Amino acid sequence: MTTLSLTDIQAISERHPDVFASSWRKRLTGWAVGAGFVAYLAFAWWFFAVGAVMAGGNWGIAGTYLADWVSYEIRPQVAFKDGHLEVSYPRFSSYRPDRHPDWLDITQPAGATIAGNKAPADRVVAYIGGTTQIDIAAQRVVVSHGGQTLDVTIVPRQSISVAGALPIWATQKAPGEKILADFGFAGGLQIDEEDVKIRHRFFGWENFFFDANSPFWGMSTSEVVSLMTSDQRLDPKMSNAALAWDNIVNNSEWQHGDVWLKLMQTIVMAFVGTLFASVLAFPLAFLAARNITQNRLVNQVTKRFFDFLRSVDMLIWALFFTRAFGPGPIAGISAIFFTDTGTFGKLYSEALENIDDKQREGMRSVGASPASVQRYGVVPQVLPVLISQSLYFWESNTRSATIIGAVGAGGIGLKLWEAMRTNSDWENVAYMVLLILIVVFVFDNISTALRQRLIGGKASH
Amino acid sequence: MTMLSEAGLTVERHWRELAGRRRLHTIGGLILLFVALSGSLWFANEINAGKFFDRLPHFFDFTDQLMPRDPYEIGRALFDLPSPYADGSLKFDYPEGRVHLFGAFYMPEYVYKMLETINIALVSTIIGFAFGFVLCFLAASNLVTQRWLRFFVRRFLEILRAFPEIVIAGFFLAILSMGPIPAIIAVSLHTIGALGKLFFEVVENADMKADEGLRAVGGNWPERVWFGIVPQVMPNFLSYALLRLEINVRASTIIGAVGGGGIGEALRLSISRNHEAKTLAIILLLFCTIVAVDQLSAWLRKKLVGEQAFAFGRGD
Repeated sequence: MTTLSLTDIQAISERHPDVFASSWRKRLTGWAVGAGFVAYLAFAWWFFAVGAVMAGGNWGIAGTYLADWVSYEIRPQVAFKDGHLEVSYPRFSSYRPDRHPDWLDITQPAGATIAGNKAPADRVVAYIGGTTQIDIAAQRVVVSHGGQTLDVTIVPRQSISVAGALPIWATQKAPGEKILADFGFAGGLQIDEEDVKIRHRFFGWENFFFDANSPFWGMSTSEVVSLMTSDQRLDPKMSNAALAWDNIVNNSEWQHGDVWLKLMQTIVMAFVGTLFASVLAFPLAFLAARNITQNRLVNQVTKRFFDFLRSVDMLIWALFFTRAFGPGPIAGISAIFFTDTGTFGKLYSEALENIDDKQREGMRSVGASPASVQRYGVVPQVLPVLISQSLYFWESNTRSATIIGAVGAGGIGLKLWEAMRTNSDWENVAYMVLLILIVVFVFDNISTALRQRLIGGKASH
Repeated sequence: MTMLSEAGLTVERHWRELAGRRRLHTIGGLILLFVALSGSLWFANEINAGKFFDRLPHFFDFTDQLMPRDPYEIGRALFDLPSPYADGSLKFDYPEGRVHLFGAFYMPEYVYKMLETINIALVSTIIGFAFGFVLCFLAASNLVTQRWLRFFVRRFLEILRAFPEIVIAGFFLAILSMGPIPAIIAVSLHTIGALGKLFFEVVENADMKADEGLRAVGGNWPERVWFGIVPQVMPNFLSYALLRLEINVRASTIIGAVGGGGIGEALRLSISRNHEAKTLAIILLLFCTIVAVDQLSAWLRKKLVGEQAFAFGRGD
């Protein structure tokens, strides 16, 4: 192995300065471009007031929103009354005074009756996770978590006082004010002189199959199956299996039937829009291709027409057609159809202009009619490429259809947008996103597989 | 016609079978397509608010609502000049939207909003380029031998690419207030995924001789990437980024329409409020901008990578 000494290296670089030292201008260009980008980003930071907006953001809620994607909370509320307690649940909860979650241990007074939406109790013990325990009596709340205990004495509707120091997981702004305790993901609670609000978070999607009004609610899978196959009808009008299916489809929280219908609309929008655009763009591309239609004027007019369709954005078409046809998939179909006729026209005519001329010559030399020349001399060459391009856009349009749906063209996009606007249905958003991802993934694979069969080898895109 | 020999007959029979099967496949495919299409059309018509064939005669009705009182109204709306029809309503309040820069010098409202949208697209493209650039080398099979790393980076890019932009925008709209930043975040994340994928495919097709040379003299991994690969792939990277910029201008307009600010929102509002002159002014502005950005990007790309065609217009 040859080793260069330092003097050798220097000698070589002296002899060829142009190779070893790039010109200052070249070096400066790199720095200038970098500085330009940084300056631009600084300008954008100021232009969009990024700092102020970020600081003004409600970041505390972001964690809850994210957690809502994959989990849910059950929020029982225990109010202090004179000498006893009252357990209640928020309005849309699955639990009712006659149906408590199993982690809530309620001691009812003898001979008590449930009045309205409140259940009377002498003592309520809530178990959150393995080690956390909340013990609520008429005038005292004892919370033990992580080896520490919070002991609160309450005079109903008057005052609360803590015995000893607050544990690290509890906060109180000032003595006598409400106490907040946080157990991390598992939940937390809020104690004041009126009531105790418990939050217990569970991983998963609540009531995904059956909502709280369904007779199948809260059953295990085997129980549901055995009930479905049982002869004793819950509803005399239909069999239990049909009732179960009906309950799933019409689940009031997840709206499965509606979500599937909207998803179908989006799929249909993309499919029909792409197909129609391909069918119309195909003959038009022959008019636009210079080598096929020997008329500059026709070529130019057709090409500018394509440019026009493409450049008026899909959004504008979508807004227009929503006005013309009313909200729904036809508006979406038309928007995709108009935009993609332009795109396909451009791509197809470019493909036509790049064909091999020998096959047309061959057809012409045997005296074929002009139509036959196109049919046998041109189409076989370009058809696989054209279909492949349409398939590629089919998949991409499924995604576009979701977005234009949100501006009023219907489909899952609109439903997704509505679910996000309420700020409380993030689990529904997660469900719809999951469905969209599955559809896009499946279509992507179908489209890639078909394209590979059509043009062979590695499908380009 | 001469009779064929045994071998000739076999060949002919095989050809017939092959042709027959082919025709069967074509016909079968067409029938399938036709059934799917009719089913889809029926479904779309059933579900739509206005039935297709009932609405078709009224198809161009909405264009009546797009006719301004006189053609100059479009210009007045575009440049925020006072309208002679001004009656105090939102419809003719063109000068209200002026964005005063200094003194009496102002920027018309829609030009400002268009600039906002272009800036959203530009910032997102730069962010997407920067992150896509870093990630793509980790996803390329010719540079990274650790399968798990490649797998992880690729799946990450795929998720970014497939995740609906509108959901990211909606999520950040809920946390931040209305405005362009949710749009920037949404479009940037999608751009990282889309560019990262295109970039690592370019890197995988790079000539590895330069890399080999650098490895021979003991270059470490960053040096090999920076001096061996980057100079080769940079023109292609930039050209893809420009293509992405075209797409992002459209994407940020759409995200704008669902609450991300910019020209998209202005367009949605003016269409829904029947402000015909404003609508036409915005469409004109948007059309010219998109054409200009497309032309500029096409020209730059041609300078960067020559006549090499990008097979697909959208590339996402």
